[in-house]
Amino acid sequence: MANSVSINSDQNNLWRGGVEPFKASYGKLMMWFFLISDAFTFSTFLIAYGVIRYKHPAYEGILEDFSFSQSYWPVPEKVFDAAPFMHGVELPLVFVGIMTFVLILSSVTMVLAVEAGHRMDRAGVEKWMVWTIIGGITFLSCQAWEWTHFIVGTDYGGKLLDGSIFYGANLQTNQYGPPDFAAFFFFITGFHGFHVFSGVAINFLIFYQATVGILEKRGHYEMVEKVGLYWHFVDLVWVFVFTFFYLI
Amino acid sequence: MEPELSSIVPQPPNKSRIWTIWKVAIILGIVTALEFAVALQLPETFKPFKIWLFVGMTFIKAGYIIGEFMHLAHEKKTLMWTIMLPCVFVLWLLAALLIQADAIYNAIYY
Repeated sequence: MANSVSINSDQNNLWRGGVEPFKASYGKLMMWFFLISDAFTFSTFLIAYGVIRYKHPAYEGILEDFSFSQSYWPVPEKVFDAAPFMHGVELPLVFVGIMTFVLILSSVTMVLAVEAGHRMDRAGVEKWMVWTIIGGITFLSCQAWEWTHFIVGTDYGGKLLDGSIFYGANLQTNQYGPPDFAAFFFFITGFHGFHVFSGVAINFLIFYQATVGILEKRGHYEMVEKVGLYWHFVDLVWVFVFTFFYLI
Repeated sequence: MEPELSSIVPQPPNKSRIWTIWKVAIILGIVTALEFAVALQLPETFKPFKIWLFVGMTFIKAGYIIGEFMHLAHEKKTLMWTIMLPCVFVLWLLAALLIQADAIYNAIYY
């Protein structure tokens, strides 16, 4: 026994504090753990979408002859084929593609803000944070338009099971197909949109702190890194939503 | 406001890191454009192939975002695996529920 208690009690002792286990600070580690739990939440949303879609019949005919019906799951590119100022023009997935690019670009400006923070470059952090916030607000505005279009509906509407024509969508009824389709659209893009909204709010807070010099006084810009992790995660989720909701 | 704050001189830009960031951005843009092309140009007869193509490209994008933008590829390996391994449960849930969904579909329509 005497031989085994030879561990010295200096500051390098891994189990007595003072050492960061993963060479990551407490805040960053907790952000990572939060993001895992959030990833699980989004996964269950997308998997539930997959389950419900799987148990509905798929559209079997030719894509050109597709029309909305309550008896099969709609083809996404036929639902999301509108863009602002382009009324009546069929532009499948174009608008949502633009939204994807906007979000990816705002993710790029976010890493550039983190890079500037590493160098204690306050002006750089401010500049890139502003671009990130602008990207986020642009994305949210696009989503607001997308939701409005989805809720108001198309010119022709769609036939419900009782034979009546319905325009647009809500949580009970929709012109595009089975009611579950609209419900999942609202919940998945809504939950993601709320993440974007809170991301913009948090980004603004950190931008403000950088601007008034709080972060500089603290001696490091790690807060930018932490909100950066969250912002990239929001972008990451959109990559999956884009594939599993819009493309497949 | 505080005179000593303005005395902090930022270090010069890390050229190689910035170039990596833009390189990843370009890759993400190209893959998204490819997804777009596959979605609209490839005929529907290739549906299962298309789905796997989309899934593959999504994971490429996810890898670059997590690895480079979120910097996970450059963290300690133990941290990386602590984050990545729990995601196995997602795959399990996906497999289990899709099998279940298939059974539900068969029970309703056959």
